[in-house]
Amino acid sequence: MTDPMMTDPVLETRGISKTFGALQASKDISLTLMPGEIHALIGPNGAGKSTLIKQIAGGLRPDAGQVFLQGREVTGLDTPARARLGLGRTFQISALAMEDTVLQNAVLGALGASGRPFRFWRAALGDKDLRARAQDALERVGLQEHAATRTAELSHGQRRQLEVAVALTLRPKAFVMDEPMAGLGTGGSLRLTGFLDGLRAEAPILLVEHDMDAVFALADRISVLVYGEVIATGTVEEIRANPDVRSAYLGDEA
Amino acid sequence: MITMTRETLFNLAMMAALILFPLWAWLADEPFMITLATKAVILALAGVGLNIALGLGGLVSLGHAAFFGIGGYAMGILASHAQNYTPLIETPFLIEGTKSMPVIWLVAVICSGLAALAIGALSLRTSGVYFIMITLAFGQMLFFFTISWPAYGGEDGLSIYVRNGFPGLNTLDPIQFYGICFALLALVLFFAARLARSPFGLALNAARQTAERVETVGISPYKLRLTAFVVSGMITGLAGALFADLNRFISPTMFSWQTSGEIMIFVIIGGVARLFGPVVGAVIFIALEHLLGGLSDYWHIYLGVLLLLIVLFARGGVIGTLTGREVAHD
Ligand SMILES: Nc1ncnc2c1ncn2[C@@H]1O[C@H](COP(=O)(O)OP(=O)(O)O)[C@@H](O)[C@H]1O
Ligand SMILES: [Mg+2]
Repeated sequence: MTDPMMTDPVLETRGISKTFGALQASKDISLTLMPGEIHALIGPNGAGKSTLIKQIAGGLRPDAGQVFLQGREVTGLDTPARARLGLGRTFQISALAMEDTVLQNAVLGALGASGRPFRFWRAALGDKDLRARAQDALERVGLQEHAATRTAELSHGQRRQLEVAVALTLRPKAFVMDEPMAGLGTGGSLRLTGFLDGLRAEAPILLVEHDMDAVFALADRISVLVYGEVIATGTVEEIRANPDVRSAYLGDEA
Repeated sequence: MITMTRETLFNLAMMAALILFPLWAWLADEPFMITLATKAVILALAGVGLNIALGLGGLVSLGHAAFFGIGGYAMGILASHAQNYTPLIETPFLIEGTKSMPVIWLVAVICSGLAALAIGALSLRTSGVYFIMITLAFGQMLFFFTISWPAYGGEDGLSIYVRNGFPGLNTLDPIQFYGICFALLALVLFFAARLARSPFGLALNAARQTAERVETVGISPYKLRLTAFVVSGMITGLAGALFADLNRFISPTMFSWQTSGEIMIFVIIGGVARLFGPVVGAVIFIALEHLLGGLSDYWHIYLGVLLLLIVLFARGGVIGTLTGREVAHD
């Protein structure tokens, strides 16, 4: 990995703030995601992790602050525009077309990546490029055998895998993943941990995760979010040793 | 090897019936039966239009009478100027009326498409009940506009004395006019089938289920829906032009919310999002109207009961009940 101080961040937030009524969900959050790294974002439930992800991905406007993707400000852009610029996001709660097959969901991603969804004549599944890209992503997460299965019939864990596969079809510049391990079970978590470990070479990952084993195994850096505020950022060792973090968050787990 | 699903077989049988029934009526010299079949085919076309918005896009539009009416009035206005030998516009350039079906269709499709673009651009900013209400409101606006527009008959409507012409055919012959309408329906069904499987159809279908996902892969659900709404309105507009030609009469009724409601009801009865749902629905609708309409003025009650049963017990409509859940493509 290159020295973080020497290169430009792939993804950056500067002073993001957001309130919901009286609740301050994001408080002056400045984060960077450097090339090749996994930057984990941890914090108790309701700390504002998903809210921050939404502001980065485009579903929610911050009250103040900016988001940069590869040095370009994207704060004013909508979600599709940010995706086209290279942001690959996975959802905490799977957002998939349940009536469609696994392959169709993956082809949708490939279609978005192709930039030409407004084609009305030829069959989407007959398009060799779309199909190859989709199948490649399914193979990488181990879903190739389920390509023809209706998504509604997948297990919870398989849906989480498909969620990652769709993001892979985009071949994004940066991944933003909201609790990809949630509900996976030990075996599934381990497998996904191994996969994400290799993925960081393709694009850095901002990883929101509750599974501390996964976080400690993967993260180059960890930021701790409590009540909408980043109370610490550092390496695994630094975060583990940080007394504020221990009392605010890790205390009840350690 | 080509394997056919039950639904494909059912669809083929339906097409065969739409050929054989009028053929029988023609041989048996039953022109009224041909007219009934023509009406069913035209309504089916209107329903195929609605189904692209409703079934594929999940857009519950209660304003599709607007496009049906615009198609009808495109026919009525062009044909009335032609039959009265008065130009439509003289300045800044001369536009004459016409009695040519293809020209009328083109105008009907373009006008209803533009209307759908305007109505869709505004109403698709909302969703759910608001969308239903706004589309309904646009339909009602046009309804009241035509009522108070004396130039083309106002409330009383407008008669066209002779059916419009099609090169090489005698459109006054019921079976030939039926042939035209059936051919258009078949063509549009073919297009709708392609559309559903196209990249656009895949994305639109996904946007109905999870708009967030579609945005996250870089596609705007709004643009998908607006496009679907325009295509949908164009097809329903074409049906309106044919319907006006069938009756040789246009009136504000074409714009009424009842018209929107009827199209939606028979699409639901036949099977929302199923290619032949609107076809089956329109046939049932016309059959009920013919069989029960003679017995009682309140035949709509039976239609309502059927609708209720379908909504409660048969989510895929008649087609879903007969052929099972749609098989995922591929
Ligand atoms: N749209 C919203 N309106 C009001 N409150 C919200 C909204 N979204 C999230 N919140 C609140 O913001 C806080 C942070 O939520 P969230 O970002 O989902 O936390 P986390 O993902 O860290 O568990 C919670 O208290 C939540 O109830
Ligand atoms: Mg969350």
